[in-house]
Amino acid sequence: MTDATKYLSHLELGEPDQTFLDSNELIINMGPQHPATHGVLRVILKLDGEKVLGTECVIGYLHRGVEKIAEHRTYTMFNPYVDRMDYVAAVSNGLGYCEAIEKLLNIEAPPRANYIRVILTELNRLASHMLWLGTHALDIGAMTPLFYTFRDREEILKIFEKYCGARLTTHAFRIGGCQYETYEGFERDVQNFLKFVPPKIDEYEELLTTNRIWLERTRGVGLISAKDCIALGVTGPVLRASGVKWDIRKAKPYASYSDFDFEIPTGQNGDTYDRYLVRMREMRQSLRIIEQAVGKIPEGPIMAKVPKVLKPPVGEIYHSIEAPKGELGYFVVSDGSTQPYRVRVRPPSFVNLQALDLMVRGQLVADVIAVIGTLDIVLGEVDR
Amino acid sequence: MLDYIQGYLSSNLTPGQAGNVFWVTVYILIVFGGISVAVIAMNWLERKALAHFQVRLGPMRVGPHGLLQPIADAIKLLTKEDIIPSGADTFVFWIAPLIILCAAFTVYIVVPFGPTHAITDLNIGILFMLGVASLSVLGIVMAGWASNSHYPLIGALRSSAQMVSYEVAMGMAVVSAILMTSLHGLGMYGVAAKSTGTGTLSMIEIVKMQQEQQVWFLFKFFPLGLIAFAIFAIAMVAETNRAPFDLPEAESELTAGFHTEYSGLRWSLFMLGEYAAMIAVSSIAVTLWLGGWMRPFPHWLAGETWDLVFSLFPGLTFLGLAAIAFIGVARMPKHPYFKIQTAGLGGFGAVLGLIGVVLFVPLVRDRIQDIYWFAAKVAVFMYLYIWYRATWPRYRFDQLMKVGWKVLLPIAIGVLILTAILGVVL
Repeated sequence: MTDATKYLSHLELGEPDQTFLDSNELIINMGPQHPATHGVLRVILKLDGEKVLGTECVIGYLHRGVEKIAEHRTYTMFNPYVDRMDYVAAVSNGLGYCEAIEKLLNIEAPPRANYIRVILTELNRLASHMLWLGTHALDIGAMTPLFYTFRDREEILKIFEKYCGARLTTHAFRIGGCQYETYEGFERDVQNFLKFVPPKIDEYEELLTTNRIWLERTRGVGLISAKDCIALGVTGPVLRASGVKWDIRKAKPYASYSDFDFEIPTGQNGDTYDRYLVRMREMRQSLRIIEQAVGKIPEGPIMAKVPKVLKPPVGEIYHSIEAPKGELGYFVVSDGSTQPYRVRVRPPSFVNLQALDLMVRGQLVADVIAVIGTLDIVLGEVDR
Repeated sequence: MLDYIQGYLSSNLTPGQAGNVFWVTVYILIVFGGISVAVIAMNWLERKALAHFQVRLGPMRVGPHGLLQPIADAIKLLTKEDIIPSGADTFVFWIAPLIILCAAFTVYIVVPFGPTHAITDLNIGILFMLGVASLSVLGIVMAGWASNSHYPLIGALRSSAQMVSYEVAMGMAVVSAILMTSLHGLGMYGVAAKSTGTGTLSMIEIVKMQQEQQVWFLFKFFPLGLIAFAIFAIAMVAETNRAPFDLPEAESELTAGFHTEYSGLRWSLFMLGEYAAMIAVSSIAVTLWLGGWMRPFPHWLAGETWDLVFSLFPGLTFLGLAAIAFIGVARMPKHPYFKIQTAGLGGFGAVLGLIGVVLFVPLVRDRIQDIYWFAAKVAVFMYLYIWYRATWPRYRFDQLMKVGWKVLLPIAIGVLILTAILGVVL
């Protein structure tokens, strides 16, 4: 108890609420070993009965010092490390890092590489959203969607495995393009996947979208306004569900996203249900992008001309991409040597997690679980 | 002595009513054993059915198709270290699972598996059942309190609030069914009623009334009986803390709710109690609304031929199960490694088939009829429990209370009043 109160300094622990029935406040430690905290998140809850009076996130249980490691590796050597941050969307992480260094080196990946990057990244977005849906539904108590989404995510992982040999920490991209040419039948596999998955998404929606209990559990839960989102720096589906049409793929197109026609789904209420709908619609939009890209992958090289030893000029660069969870940014400072002077990652999960306290204050314990699920955090990325 | 034992067989009463201690003991042992076996079977079936809902295989390793999994689990739970948290109230912690277990099993004293197949028949049977079944909340609160830990405490408080509030709606629905027992007259609307004004609370009498009025109370005063039944069916899921009302043990919120600190044998007692309670409330529903031990259409499809046809069902069911087992044998991998498993499944199928054949013997057939139909109806509810769990998310606590007090209770009272009015009018 005393250990927990140490963290609660900002929760105005002083005098308990003088209600009609003098109730004691309860301080509960949720995590780091808890079935619904998505890894090793530790949340200290201050409760009045079941009502949440305040929360405090304690993070760092998965801290591996990724940013520090970067300072002791060459630019190329650091590339696989970024995959271990958001391990369910490793491809996006790699894309952000590679593009940041490319910008720093002032080189551009060839169009073919960019198309392959887009296809793989969007497939990864689907995989990430599927995992989110399964775990989020499980947190709210629906067991079955978890198994459905894992079954279908497997198809994506199979494509990754065929492409680069790895399923999760793919290390698919290199600075200047892609390491691997598409394998024989890559396009056919992706086309088959495009045919396979829409009915499956319908299946998830059938289980949840109009389910009364699901509606009651998610509507009006974890409300956050667009203003608060922007003030806290919250990005990704959470921001879009609050009604802000902000997607870096459209706002500052990278790779070859400007070639494709897709929509940015937004919500109005900024509650858990809207975030659910936004992500479900995003999955369909991702399919649309893949469909457009896979048909016309241009011929040509997959790697730009990149020197053997990377020595970017002195300078700094910030490059961000739209990862499945929000804006994933890399701030890289070069001192002209082979190793970066500093790499700072702007992880979407870490920034989005800030909103937790705001979203659950005054709600019930069960809503904390729903909100942690809807924020879609990955602790590898929060702690780095 | 022998006369004492044999005398009962011709008495046409339940052993409790006949006051025959020997047969009471035998019946208690049979019921206790039967329910235990049913719980074990339910455990396996739930894991298997749930797995198939979720594109998984479920238990496959221990025995053919995981048939021995419950036994392996039981051995594991029995041999586990017995942990009592240092801050726990040892005595209360120790006694809580026993209370739940006793409450769940005591209910079976009045469950009528057949006109004479009950341990006893109380004239306040249904009242006794509801009363004893609701005692289990005591065990839950004790378990949550004695654990001296936050999660169990919250789970216990949730549970007590939930069970107490759903009992009200449940009781109202039950009362409307009891009211129907006094409203004589044939068929759904009791046309040409000759209301005697004397209903009954005895479980056996309730079923006999349905037989006399030639209608399941589910269909009586359509749709009033149906609504009352629906309320009961919802409330009984909440009463037994099962999905989507499994808040007290909400895994993703409270890790395991009131039994978070329990392990090994004590934990398994909780599970045993939970499943036994599920079967118990299902049997209340079957008794009150689904005609208890009566076979389908006892009046519409009456006559000796139909009696014979329906009396073949128990045997056929077991032969069907045996057939499934034999199909499983045929589909087993033909690898030497699977030899024992294949033989085991074949043996299991053979035993099932043998039971099926025995059930065709006229003497056994007539004796087992009512028990079979009762069990079949309860089994439907058991399947529904699994189905709910696979389909629905979990309610939040305040929503659960809202459903209980603002939806179910007013409807239940409305149904009760309407039933009473119909009884007066007709």
